[in-house]
Amino acid sequence: MWWMTFRIALRALKRNKLRSFLTMLGIIIGVGAVIAMVAIGEGAKALVRSQIASLGTNVLVVIPGTLTQGGARTGFGGVRTLLDSDARAIMEEVPSVTLASPTLRQVNQVVAGNLNWSTVIQGVAPEFQQIRDWQVVDGRFVNQADVDNAAKVALIGETVANVLFGNEDPIDGVIRIKKIPFRVIGILGAKGQTGQGTDQDDVVMIPYTTMQKRIMGIVHVQSIVVSAVSAEKTQEAQQQMTALLRQRHRIQPGQDDDFFIRNLSDIAEAAQNSARVMAILLGSIASVSLLVGGIGIMNIMLVSVTERTREIGIRMAVGARKKDIMLQFIVEAVVMAAIGGALGTLAGVGSSGAINRMMEWPVLIRPDIIVLALLVSGGVGVFFGFYPAQKAANLDPIEALRYE
Amino acid sequence: MSELIRVRDLHKIYRMGDIEVPALRGINLEIERGEFVAVMGASGSGKSTFMNILGCLDRPTSGSYLLEEHEVGSLSPDEWAHIRNRKIGFVFQGFNLLARTSALENVELPMMYNGLPGAGRHQRALEVLALVGLEGRVEHTPNQLSGGQQQRVAIARALVNRPSLILADEPTGNLDSKTSAEIMKLFQNLNVQEGLTIVLVTHEADIAAYARRQIQFRDGEIVSDQKKDEGQLNPSRV
Repeated sequence: MWWMTFRIALRALKRNKLRSFLTMLGIIIGVGAVIAMVAIGEGAKALVRSQIASLGTNVLVVIPGTLTQGGARTGFGGVRTLLDSDARAIMEEVPSVTLASPTLRQVNQVVAGNLNWSTVIQGVAPEFQQIRDWQVVDGRFVNQADVDNAAKVALIGETVANVLFGNEDPIDGVIRIKKIPFRVIGILGAKGQTGQGTDQDDVVMIPYTTMQKRIMGIVHVQSIVVSAVSAEKTQEAQQQMTALLRQRHRIQPGQDDDFFIRNLSDIAEAAQNSARVMAILLGSIASVSLLVGGIGIMNIMLVSVTERTREIGIRMAVGARKKDIMLQFIVEAVVMAAIGGALGTLAGVGSSGAINRMMEWPVLIRPDIIVLALLVSGGVGVFFGFYPAQKAANLDPIEALRYE
Repeated sequence: MSELIRVRDLHKIYRMGDIEVPALRGINLEIERGEFVAVMGASGSGKSTFMNILGCLDRPTSGSYLLEEHEVGSLSPDEWAHIRNRKIGFVFQGFNLLARTSALENVELPMMYNGLPGAGRHQRALEVLALVGLEGRVEHTPNQLSGGQQQRVAIARALVNRPSLILADEPTGNLDSKTSAEIMKLFQNLNVQEGLTIVLVTHEADIAAYARRQIQFRDGEIVSDQKKDEGQLNPSRV
């Protein structure tokens, strides 16, 4: 019965090839547009996500709080209560935190041979590499032994390497910071600029203990960078860290924190939101064309019902029930929509690929969207086929047989 | 012979706005199995309305219609569809075949609505096409067939589900007299050899003469009901 109905539908569609194709074209364009537009939108989202990931959305930064002395408040970092032991405690005791690294920074003149360059010297722990997702293209990162011994070793960013070493291999070369010689143990991978235009590759990294003892002569740390288990867990991590640090710093209830915790999730959220808005916009515009395609099917089905009134009458006379007639026309609409959907999928995937190659725009074809688009096009067939089918099924057989 | 159709006090009134137009005014009639009945009358006499009611296509305003001793006048449209499929075969003036569809598939059509499997359908369709003398034309579409051949396909389609009743509405109206005679002969043969009950609507006396019983309608009433002797079965002019 189903197979027969399906065959009848196919034959009816074949009878008006051009008309069926033009009707399907509405669905083809609709489904194709949905798939391609969503692919473009998802590509943009993925791009934004990866860019944000390079900033580290799950990264939190603990900085010392302000100090009020005789009515004057110092800026951030005015107090000296933040210690490297806080970093260790955060890492070990806060469950939603994976890694933590104390950091210190200072701008200093760096000398190599007869060249010199003013750059940011950053004191870090081995965990820093993973927290900030910083690649080492040559050599190695700071290790625990370096930290324990306050070793005079340094990693240099790409910009520093170009300026101080040019074409020479910087590995095992010597740079001097405040007249102290450091052995270059690695070159950091390029990170490019930040949103504010700061060159992230213009940096020298040394063990934070070396920074404390040999460069700055202090025992506290300037900040602690922390990575939470995931971007979603940053809020939780922030609360747990606050509780831990208040306890460690012996802050009484009601007293202000002597530290601040910042995170990047606001920026990340804003960027992701704009990408999502774009994806939704593209998807909804494409959905409109699918809707228009559906209306096209309905229109043609109505014409078809009128044209085939006599056929309907004959079928009724030989024993077709209302539901048989209904089924026949719905199946016809669904077959048209489904073929259109399948061709539209090909068109969508094809055009996504073309956009990717020709415009070098990242696209992400989501299989679930393809399945959804196919289901929706089938649904469009049922929905827009229903009214014409019902109209056909409700024909009076006597009238229908008499129809010229 | 057993009774196939019993109609009692059948009325049909059409409403045209506020005006009531009576089409049938108290029809009483019995038709036995194996009869060949011609229903005659001018247009507007109510014979088509009567046929539509017999064919379960239309509902009487009042009265009863028993088909095989079951009341069918008041059934639902789907139950009617079932009866049309199993018990009634229609032959129309305009043939009413599906265009661009082979004779075979046209004949298979009624079987599609009774759940017969494909192979069985095919075999049965070929069987009835042979019965109406169209063995060699099964793959032809209606526009490749002559009027007479098209009507034979329609008759085959009417026969295919082994109905108890064949309703033929002006079956020769679109045919020339020679072909008309052939078609009427076919009906006669089916009636005599297969024992089929046939009710034929016509306004032509010479077509009605092929039947064994003639019923005359006028203004929604039966005005005459005549049975012919067996000896007079074949009209002399053929």
